[in-house]
Amino acid sequence: MLTFMASDSEEEVCDERTSLMSAESPTPHSCQEGRRGPEDGEGATQWGNQDSEEDCEEDPDPYACSGTPGRPPGLEEELTLKYGAKHVIMLFVPVTLCMVVVVATIKSVRFYTEKNGQLIYTPFTEDTPSVGQRLLNSVLNTLIMISVIVVMTIFLVVLYKYRCYKFIHGWLIMSSLMLLFLFTYIYLGEVLKTYNVAMDYPTLFLTVWNFGAVGMVCIHWKGPLALQQAYLIMISALMALVFIKYLPEWSAWVILGAISVYDLVAVLCPKGPLRMLVETAQERNEPIFPALIYSSAMVWTVGMAKLDPSSQGALQLPYAPEMEDSYDSFGEPSHPEVLEPTLPGYPGEELEEEEERGVKLGLGDFIFYSVLVGKAAATGSGDWNTTLACFVAILIGLCLTLLLLAVFKKALPALPISITFGLIFYFSTDNLVRPFMDTLASHQLYI
Amino acid sequence: MTAAVFFGCTFIAFGPALALYIFTIASDPLRVIFLIAGKASEGLKSINPDDTVPSMRLLAYVSGLGFGIMSGVFSFVNTLSDSLGPGTVGIHGDSPQFFLNSAFMTLVVVLLHVFWGVVFFDGCEKKKWYIILIVFLTHLLVSAQTFLSPHYGINLLSAYIIMVLMGIWAFFVAGGSCRSLKLCLLCQDKDFLLFNQRSR
Repeated sequence: MLTFMASDSEEEVCDERTSLMSAESPTPHSCQEGRRGPEDGEGATQWGNQDSEEDCEEDPDPYACSGTPGRPPGLEEELTLKYGAKHVIMLFVPVTLCMVVVVATIKSVRFYTEKNGQLIYTPFTEDTPSVGQRLLNSVLNTLIMISVIVVMTIFLVVLYKYRCYKFIHGWLIMSSLMLLFLFTYIYLGEVLKTYNVAMDYPTLFLTVWNFGAVGMVCIHWKGPLALQQAYLIMISALMALVFIKYLPEWSAWVILGAISVYDLVAVLCPKGPLRMLVETAQERNEPIFPALIYSSAMVWTVGMAKLDPSSQGALQLPYAPEMEDSYDSFGEPSHPEVLEPTLPGYPGEELEEEEERGVKLGLGDFIFYSVLVGKAAATGSGDWNTTLACFVAILIGLCLTLLLLAVFKKALPALPISITFGLIFYFSTDNLVRPFMDTLASHQLYI
Repeated sequence: MTAAVFFGCTFIAFGPALALYIFTIASDPLRVIFLIAGKASEGLKSINPDDTVPSMRLLAYVSGLGFGIMSGVFSFVNTLSDSLGPGTVGIHGDSPQFFLNSAFMTLVVVLLHVFWGVVFFDGCEKKKWYIILIVFLTHLLVSAQTFLSPHYGINLLSAYIIMVLMGIWAFFVAGGSCRSLKLCLLCQDKDFLLFNQRSR
């Protein structure tokens, strides 16, 4: 889910911390969290390990807080374009980084391309004698996976609606613990094995402990923005690697397609779970699980006040927006500084309230983009052309989605366009372009 | 095949393109995005009223560079990845200069695409169809020459000659002149990059 925070007027209370929408434009936030799959030990792989399937399906729905009333429309459009362009750049870098980490790992560490069992969510094997059976099994796997995701999303929405915040916090913390400690330990172990580097247990313990503890602090409490972003990218990459390892081939592609469709439905349909989650959060003026969303910019506000959750109600938010609330633990960096001057040509605006707003992209988007590119790198001939083509396709899709976001100014799913392009490019490059380019390169012919 | 071959060939093939990207595009990505979004004039005015309106030439350059990089990468990246692995080049009697030749050929293709882009856009804008024909024919020529593959000398030499000629043509098409070139080389041109990074 992609959220775009227009950095403008003071009525604009959508910033990356809160999911508050201004009274004028109650656009729904589609929250990624809605698609949190089973986590924290609920899933056990057939391989036997307690593989906590953290389906951080951050819904890749870009959602934009619009609402700059009282601005001349031309200026509005320019500013939108300007900030839209900035957001494109702000998101290209982390998405690229995540994909680079995943592809680098896939290409060097054998562990993540070895077939070693399947998750419990994809019980049907793809080792079947006939193609039809294999296709059927992959479709069934997909149905099971998607139903699990839908059920979990609805469960989360229900929890949120009935204000079971402690449960949700506990869930999130457990899943981050699992990612930051267990998966990191496994990853580090495999990397060390690949490069034949010896590490004793005390050093390992120290390293993993530091990495994990700082990660928990940065993600769930406060920390430098860059560090928080880096940790979010790393946990997305780790999760993507888990998916790449444990999803069988055809199932992975069908799941990618199905998830994009689900994303589209869940975010845009009026009764979609994510949309409902966002609207609920909006009504309550609460942020939506910031721990599972990548924010590209920081909210710098002056004069933050504690917002008592019980004193909601007012859609008229005061000029000094209350940003802190009981979800402080979700680690929004809250540095009370002014970041940037006002936009030119808008003299009425008070400087100290200017916030550098950014765009937010759900971690599930990162994960599924990386799964697509990683699968392209892992499967078949290990061809780089295919990997690069998928990478470019995803970036183009992201660019288009951001463009749509700037135009429509509401929550949009970030998966469908990118994944569609990615799938098209993967299959066409792998089957049509690759043999051609291989022959050209071996004879040193250039076109 | 060693890491030295890998890095050497990578930088030969993609070094100039990367340098062009870093020095001309990466520092001003907004301008490029606005260009591509087609809202050049209003958009840029909102950023910096003094900035010059990016022209079609800039778009031509950027798109040429993009095409060149993609073409070069797609042609060469698998070869590069193989160069990291074990093997002996030319063990069956082929030329041992396989990688070097591919790298230089990739370089010339990337630069040619940049120049072709500039010239092609100019031809389209001025509706001079012979320009488009020439671009098309030189591209065909350069590609057809690569059929002479084991004879690297003549292939590379003529490709580079064509590149230099196209480069000169693109330079004059983009608005350069002997005078501006002299000013640039002597770092006296106020508008040029080296004189003042900002005012381009």
